[in-house]
Amino acid sequence: MKQHSGSPVGRLAHLRLLVQRFAFLALVGAAFGLMLLGKADMVLVERMRMSVADALAPVLDVMARPAAGIADIVENVHELANLRAENARLREENAKLLHWQTVARRLDAENRILAEKLNYLPDPEAAYITARVVADTGGTFVHSMLINAGARNGVRKGQAVMSGEVLVGRIASVGQTSARVLLLTDLNARVPVVIESSRVKAILSGDNSDRPRLSYLSGDPLAGPPSVAPGERIVTSGHGGAFPPGIPVGVVASVTDGVARVQPFIHRHELEFVTVVDYGLGAVLPGSNGAEDTRRGGSTS
Amino acid sequence: MKPGLLHRMDLWARHLLPVGLTLFLLLMTLVPSRVPGMSGLMPALVLMAVFYWAIYRPDLLPAHGAFLIGLLQDVVDGTPIGVTALVLLLVHGVAASQRRFFLGNTFIVAWWGFALVAAVASLLTWGLVGVLHGWGQPRAVLFQYLMTLATYPVVSWILARLHVTFLRDA
Repeated sequence: MKQHSGSPVGRLAHLRLLVQRFAFLALVGAAFGLMLLGKADMVLVERMRMSVADALAPVLDVMARPAAGIADIVENVHELANLRAENARLREENAKLLHWQTVARRLDAENRILAEKLNYLPDPEAAYITARVVADTGGTFVHSMLINAGARNGVRKGQAVMSGEVLVGRIASVGQTSARVLLLTDLNARVPVVIESSRVKAILSGDNSDRPRLSYLSGDPLAGPPSVAPGERIVTSGHGGAFPPGIPVGVVASVTDGVARVQPFIHRHELEFVTVVDYGLGAVLPGSNGAEDTRRGGSTS
Repeated sequence: MKPGLLHRMDLWARHLLPVGLTLFLLLMTLVPSRVPGMSGLMPALVLMAVFYWAIYRPDLLPAHGAFLIGLLQDVVDGTPIGVTALVLLLVHGVAASQRRFFLGNTFIVAWWGFALVAAVASLLTWGLVGVLHGWGQPRAVLFQYLMTLATYPVVSWILARLHVTFLRDA
């Protein structure tokens, strides 16, 4: 049978096409509607994100393990190949570190005596929660990670996240059993930092590149902008109260046209476990008791 | 002959392959890659899958399927809700409307078509995220696009193998 718009079959096909087109346009409209909703009601969207993350976290956890296993094998082979050179390097480093240890012991003792004399109020003790990175989400537009610890484990929004001794980012949102870590390279990441040697304060602002920018450098307004030189170490300043002071962040990598860029110490691909630091108000307020079993004492004592 | 229950269930399971595979690829993009420099360069696997199935089996991965998968990706990735949903929907629409052209041509032509579609998709995503969330460095977007382009032959070959194995006569 010839199909043209006059015949019943042709008319049906025509109608189906119309319905399909209409459905397509409706979905396009829905997408724009959702974008507006996401702008208007961030709390709702955030809650939805975290419940989905809670549901996906166990699945992702299982999927992340083989990848980590393969990485471990590759690393083992690599380590075996470089055993001799590595040994020599470590011996040299060990000699250097032993020297530093002596210096640190002496300074620690001296510091304690001086602090006692001055009646110095020590920083609040921090508590730690260690969690596994289960997902590295949205590589290009959002630099964040999902970890498998949430409100049930005592994780709260705004807490600092560290890997070893260096800063990774902060907790951006918390679900029941998972949380999203905003890396310090993300567009929305702002970390109050200080240049370790000169004590110049600044804000480290991410812009989705590998090297975040130093902005709002404090200094004498009459003397012009403070000088920053490549190679200077950047640590957290502790301003704002969310981050403990003195966590290493990175080193100044380049200064071009007055814009200083910082090479963070973290390597995103090496993050397998991270430590959430419960510091300041979060540690003393009631209501963060749910995590006693997963915490260990602070190392600042 | 009326097909038996077992046969129908088998067929039903096979028909879930495009959606299931695309969801699996979505999870794959989330697995932390332990390769130095690879974070942020994960190829857009979901985009490839949607493009592929829109050409070969749009009946099994319809436009609203692409929309929902995009929505899920927005939710887990942290991109503004609706952005990836819209982009995947448009990619599906373009690919499905040009499927006769792609079906009748060689792989090189399909790759070339994918390059165009993925370029527009990347730009659109970058623009929408910029307006709704903030303008980041465009360099990462370019690298991700090149990575996506370079891995498309491999991913589409795997998809084609699975397609032929499970959906040859289903």
